[in-house]
Amino acid sequence: MLSRTANDLFWMSRHMERAENTARMLDVTYRLALLPYRVIESGEKWAEPWAVPLVITGLAKQYYAKHTELSAERVMKFMVFDSTNPTSIYSSLQSARENARGQRGATTSEMWESLNATWLEMRELDYKGIDARGISNFFDWVKNRSHLFRGVTFGTMLRDEAFGFIRLGTFLERADNTARILDVKYHTLLPSIHDVGGAVDYYQWGSLLRSLGTFESYRKIYRDVITPFRIGELLILRQDVPRSLHACMNDIYEILQGLCGEDTAAERREPERLAGEIHAQLHYGRPQQIFELGLHQYLMDFLDKIEALNAEINKNFLVPDYS
Amino acid sequence: MNSTIYDEMRGLDSSGGDVLPHYRSYCDWLNAMPPDRLAQKRTEAEVMFHRLGITFAVYGEESGGERLIPFDIIPRIIPATDWQVLERGLVQRVKALNHFLHDIYHDQAILKQGLIPAEKVLDNAQYRPLMQGLNVPDDTYAHVSGVDIVFTGPGEFYVLEDNLRVPSGVSYMLENRKMMMRLFPELFSRQQIQPVEHYPDILLETLRGVAPPGVVDPTVALLTPGAFNSAYFEHTFLAQQMGIELVEGQDLFVRDSAVYMRTTRGPRRVDVIYRRIDDDFLDPRAFRPDSMLGVPGLMDAYRAGRVTLANAVGTGIADDKSMYVHVPDMIKFYLDEEPILKNVPTWELRKPEDRHYVLDHLPELVVKEVHGSGGYGMLVGPAATASQRAEFRDRIIAEPEKYIAQPTLALSTCPTFVAAGIAPRHVDLRPFVLSGKETRVVPGGLTRVALKEGSLVVNSSQGGGTKDTWVLET
Repeated sequence: MLSRTANDLFWMSRHMERAENTARMLDVTYRLALLPYRVIESGEKWAEPWAVPLVITGLAKQYYAKHTELSAERVMKFMVFDSTNPTSIYSSLQSARENARGQRGATTSEMWESLNATWLEMRELDYKGIDARGISNFFDWVKNRSHLFRGVTFGTMLRDEAFGFIRLGTFLERADNTARILDVKYHTLLPSIHDVGGAVDYYQWGSLLRSLGTFESYRKIYRDVITPFRIGELLILRQDVPRSLHACMNDIYEILQGLCGEDTAAERREPERLAGEIHAQLHYGRPQQIFELGLHQYLMDFLDKIEALNAEINKNFLVPDYS
Repeated sequence: MNSTIYDEMRGLDSSGGDVLPHYRSYCDWLNAMPPDRLAQKRTEAEVMFHRLGITFAVYGEESGGERLIPFDIIPRIIPATDWQVLERGLVQRVKALNHFLHDIYHDQAILKQGLIPAEKVLDNAQYRPLMQGLNVPDDTYAHVSGVDIVFTGPGEFYVLEDNLRVPSGVSYMLENRKMMMRLFPELFSRQQIQPVEHYPDILLETLRGVAPPGVVDPTVALLTPGAFNSAYFEHTFLAQQMGIELVEGQDLFVRDSAVYMRTTRGPRRVDVIYRRIDDDFLDPRAFRPDSMLGVPGLMDAYRAGRVTLANAVGTGIADDKSMYVHVPDMIKFYLDEEPILKNVPTWELRKPEDRHYVLDHLPELVVKEVHGSGGYGMLVGPAATASQRAEFRDRIIAEPEKYIAQPTLALSTCPTFVAAGIAPRHVDLRPFVLSGKETRVVPGGLTRVALKEGSLVVNSSQGGGTKDTWVLET
């Protein structure tokens, strides 16, 4: 298939996944901010609840170029509606739809209609409107549109190469998101070991789990208090948790085996090899190793490898340079 | 030429005349239809078109620059006997135009015979010297032609212009039909209407048929300027319907005089390019060096016969408005036949006697720029203000060779659902002619309708809408 088509499909699902992740993150932030300040206060300005989404997405600088103060309304407008912020929900839904627009031949009409309807509805919304309707309802809507799109994709699409690139985009974005959230929370929310085990800890780790939709899974698996060690195991190493790094890499590795499958030339198998290497480390890794190395270092290494994998995928499939 | 307005449902007496036979069945159904239900169906159509994203881009407009072309839910009905004449006329005309293009880029017999002044062709910007002597498969240049036709009376058809470069609109012909079948399935069981849905199949067959000699299983791709082009929806639609790749210039590259696509499995050879991008932008090395839309080296591959472009480069010399007056002569010269479809009488303002006449009769005439299109750069005399006419007069005197003039045609009207209810509005018709191994026309076309009362401008860029076009089986 055409490289540009593969690229558009890859980004279509990445943008949709990103919109969902942003909604999850903001939803949790919103709930956290409703708690008494005493509980969530950690003594650092940048650890205030409404700073967290900016730190995770790396958009703090861009935000402060436009705003002088931090407030729920401002951050929400910036992360949800600001069309100049390329990762706002508005921009993500627009980009997903734009990516799909030119690729109708490679997708199904129901997928296009779903993305187009989402975008048309998003375009009609503003902060006042979602505030009046209840902010959480809006986040539910975004999550539902993402679920719907994923369902339509699974339910209607031919299991061909295009399907592979769509899923690849989803899982790479998800792995990236999970790693970033884990890293930032680890740093901003647990500045010292004394905080471990307190109420602050409970709510903040709890919020992390909720933003990744894994709070209930944690309870089911551990039936015990929330600890960073277990969260690390859960979100990095457990392959039965759908947003864990291991689960994402399971899919990424499998998809790349399929996509590289028919090409025998070694240099064209590099994405598969690299994904296999990252996957093996997660598959055979132990939680102790992560904490010996340090969670931050571990996650930075992971993000570097994902970055390298992205580059290989670009070179081999999405933006090849032949002439 | 008739000066009274012909209504396609009621004949020459549009207010009270009897309904003509080919409209009778539909009219009975329409009369039994409560107006509010029609309005509801129209809303339903609009919602559907929005949801499907059947829009066209509008340059320099806010709100994302996407608009719907208004769709009128009352079909235009053409009797089978009229269509037979139209079909024969269209095939004849497009065959002659293809002969003309082959002749101009080879022996130039028609110029040598003195039927067309040689300088009119050879000095025309649309004449492409690099096509001279180049052989194209089946001697076909215009593979897809959109011929604009107006009706002025029963069985009276005039060709308004031939579009042989990158004519668009066929996706609306197909989507309008789909919409009508969805909204009013019962109508299609009341009457036998000739189908148009196979157009993409015939188009693909035509394109595969003109691949370079020796290619066994040709790969066809549709080359689009990209998402900002006003016809982008059509490009994606046709590529999808034909199951071919929709490529942009950046997706193609030329190596050793062959064209390749960049794919996820490495370079892949392309044999036929259905290009929806103008000559000027095809290859920055051959034409406009600033073009970002084209493929560097494409013309080398083309001249080497390694790839077919549809339509061919240089077809603009045949549909140029200055060449229009010569089409009847081309039909006689190349086919030795009498033209079946009429040309609108045309004054060429480069000729002094024509110019005198036109300048004296501006209020009655339509003046068009020879190279203009889309309803821009034209003066509709009867509708223009005195100052607009004065301005055009100055332009004509300054550069007379840039203009032609025609009488204001009494375009036929069709019943149309407008704010005030059902009322007659002027229409034209663009059928699509496909040429390759054979020359074929799908029964129907794009009917454009001027939604403003009395207006003769049907272009979508100027407030025109579209209708489904029915050609009856019998």
